[in-house]
Amino acid sequence: MKRIAIVGTGAIGSLFAAHLAHAGECEVWAYDLDHAHVAAINSGGLRLSGVTELAGRVHATTDASELPACDFGIVATKALHTEAAITRVAHAFVDGAVCTVQNGVGNEEVLAEHVSRVIRGTTFPAGRLLEPGHVQQDTGGETTIGPFEPQPATMEEVIELAGLLTRAGMETRALDDARGAQWRKVIFNAATNPLGALTGLAHGEACDQPSLRALMSQLVEEGRAVCDAQGITLDADPDSLIDHAREVAYHHKASMLQDAEARRATEVDCLNGGIVRYGREHGVPTPGHEAIWALVRGLEASWRRQTEGATTA
Amino acid sequence: MVGAGAIGSLFAGHLGQVADVSVLVRRAAHARALDRGLRISGKSDLLTRVCPVEDPAALPPSDLVIFACKATQLEAAAASLEGHAPGAVVMTTQNGLGAEEIVRRHGNWPIVSGVTFMSGVRHDDAHVEYELDTETWMGPWVGTDTPYETVVRVADLIVSCGLKARTFEDLLPAQWAKLIFNAAVNTVAATTGLAHVLAFAETDRLDDLGHLVKAMMAEGKAVASAVGVELHEDPWEMNLEAVKRGVTAAAAGAYAHLPSMLEDVLHERETEVDFIAGALVREAERVGVSAPLNAALWRLVRGRERSWELVERLHEAMPA
Repeated sequence: MKRIAIVGTGAIGSLFAAHLAHAGECEVWAYDLDHAHVAAINSGGLRLSGVTELAGRVHATTDASELPACDFGIVATKALHTEAAITRVAHAFVDGAVCTVQNGVGNEEVLAEHVSRVIRGTTFPAGRLLEPGHVQQDTGGETTIGPFEPQPATMEEVIELAGLLTRAGMETRALDDARGAQWRKVIFNAATNPLGALTGLAHGEACDQPSLRALMSQLVEEGRAVCDAQGITLDADPDSLIDHAREVAYHHKASMLQDAEARRATEVDCLNGGIVRYGREHGVPTPGHEAIWALVRGLEASWRRQTEGATTA
Repeated sequence: MVGAGAIGSLFAGHLGQVADVSVLVRRAAHARALDRGLRISGKSDLLTRVCPVEDPAALPPSDLVIFACKATQLEAAAASLEGHAPGAVVMTTQNGLGAEEIVRRHGNWPIVSGVTFMSGVRHDDAHVEYELDTETWMGPWVGTDTPYETVVRVADLIVSCGLKARTFEDLLPAQWAKLIFNAAVNTVAATTGLAHVLAFAETDRLDDLGHLVKAMMAEGKAVASAVGVELHEDPWEMNLEAVKRGVTAAAAGAYAHLPSMLEDVLHERETEVDFIAGALVREAERVGVSAPLNAALWRLVRGRERSWELVERLHEAMPA
C-alpha cells in the first residue's frame, strides 16, 4: 500500500488528506503545527462537510521526525512556510516524489533544494477550518499536476498520484507540462488579490471601478508577456476568469484582503514577486507587478511598525 | 483666512500678531473656540486674537485673502466668497494643481500662487502645534497678471510675523517639484499606511518601496519636461531630505512625518488625490506622456475611498 504525507493540513491540505483517507487506497500521514487540529484528527479522524461529506483515518503529527518513508508528499502550507516545512520533512521523501499544490510560483524551487523529485500542481477546491479535526469544503474543482521540469518526478509517478487523487474524489489531471495551469492561476491571483488588499474592496466592487478593472488587465498583460518569454501556453484567459469571478463571487473578499484585515503575512512574494523574478530572468519588464509587490510589502511593514508602537499622530 | 485647519491656523496664528485677521470657518463650534484666541505651540509659542466669521458677508474689508482649506473644499469656499473682499489680493496655498483656476471662476481678484511646506498638528479647533517651519513659496499667477511687487508685499508680511517665505517670479518650477513629490509620497503613504519613513528611499532589494517612489517621480519629471517646466528641485532629492529628517526625528523620540493623504485615509476622509496624482495624470494625458504608475496609485486611493462609501451604504441598508 502506498504511503502519502500531506505537509500542512490547513483547509487545502485537509481536503486532500480527508479524501485520500476516506478512499482507503493508501496510508495517509499528515504533518502540521496546529496541535489541536492534529490531536483531534488522531482521536476522531479527519472530517469534511460542505459540498462533500466524508471522513477518514489519518496519522497526524506535529513532529516531523515521526513521518515514515513515503511514496508521495503533497505540500499545502502557505508559501511563506514552504522552506521551514520541507526542511523538516525532507527525510520522509528520500525515495518519494513531492507535489506542491500551493499558490504562486517559486515553491517548486524551494522543494527541489531539499528533495530530488518534484511535481508542480495547481488546485481549485477551497474550504476553511471549522474546528480542530473538521473542515468545510466550499468549492470543488480540478487539480492539475505535472513534473517540475528542472528536477522532475517521472511521468509514471505523476500519473500514479493523479489516479490516487481522482479515485479518492479529488479530480486531478496529469500533464507533461502543467505550467500553463499554474501560471494562469498565478496571473489571475496576482492581478486581483492585491488590489483587494490595497483598497479594501471585494472582487466585484473592484471590477466595477473601470480604472481598477483596467489596472487588473494591465497586470494580466505583464504576466502574459512573462509566460510568452518562457514558452508557456496558458490553459485559460485570466482576463475572462476575472470577469467570470465577478459574476459568481461578487462579494468575495480576496484572501490577501483577509490577510490584511488579520494583519497576517501575505503570499505576495510568490505571486507578484514571482512574476517579477521570472520577468527579470527572461528580460520582460513588469513595472506594474513591481509596484504592487512593493506596496503590499509596504503595507505589511506598516503593521509591524504599528505593533512596535512607532505610529500615527 | 479661508479655512482654519492646520495650515490656515498656522498662518492666522502668526499673521494675527502683525495684522487684523478674520478667519472664515464652517462650524459654529469652531468659531466659538477661536473666540478664546488661537494657540500656536511647537516651533512658535503664541496666543493670538483672531476674528472668527461664519458668514462671508460679515467679513470686514480685506487687503489679503488666503485660501488654506483642503483642495476638495476649495470650490465651495471660493463660491462662498463670490462678490466679497472686492479689493483683496488672493493667495492660494492648496496642494496639487488647479486651485487658482477654481478661485478665478468666482472672482476677479489678483491671484498669488502659493506652495507651502509648513506642517502642523491640529490638537483642537483652536490649537495647532507648529511642526515643520519650512517656507511658503509664492509667485504671481499667470492667469491674472499679478505684479511681482504684490507677491513681494505678501511675502514681507508673512516674514514679518515669524513665518518663512520666498518669492519667485515664476512659481511653476516649484509648484511642479512639489506636485511630483506629493503625487508619489502621499499616494504611497495612503496606500501602504506607512508614514514618510526610510523605506521610501530604500532601493537595495527588488521589493523595496524606493523603486516605486523613484519610478513615479521619473514619470512626473517626464511630464514636467513635456509641459516645458524646469523643476526647481529634484523631487527624489526632496524625498531623501524628508526621510533623513524623519530618521533624525525618530532617533530623537519623535515620529516620522505623516503625509496628509495618509491622515485623511486613517480618518476615512475624502483625500486630495484628484488634485495631486490626478492632476499629474491629466497633465500627462494632455501632453501625450505615459504615467501608468501615477495613474495606478491614483486609482488605488480612489478605490480605498470607494470602499468606505460601500461600507457606509451597507450600514444604511441594514435594518435599525
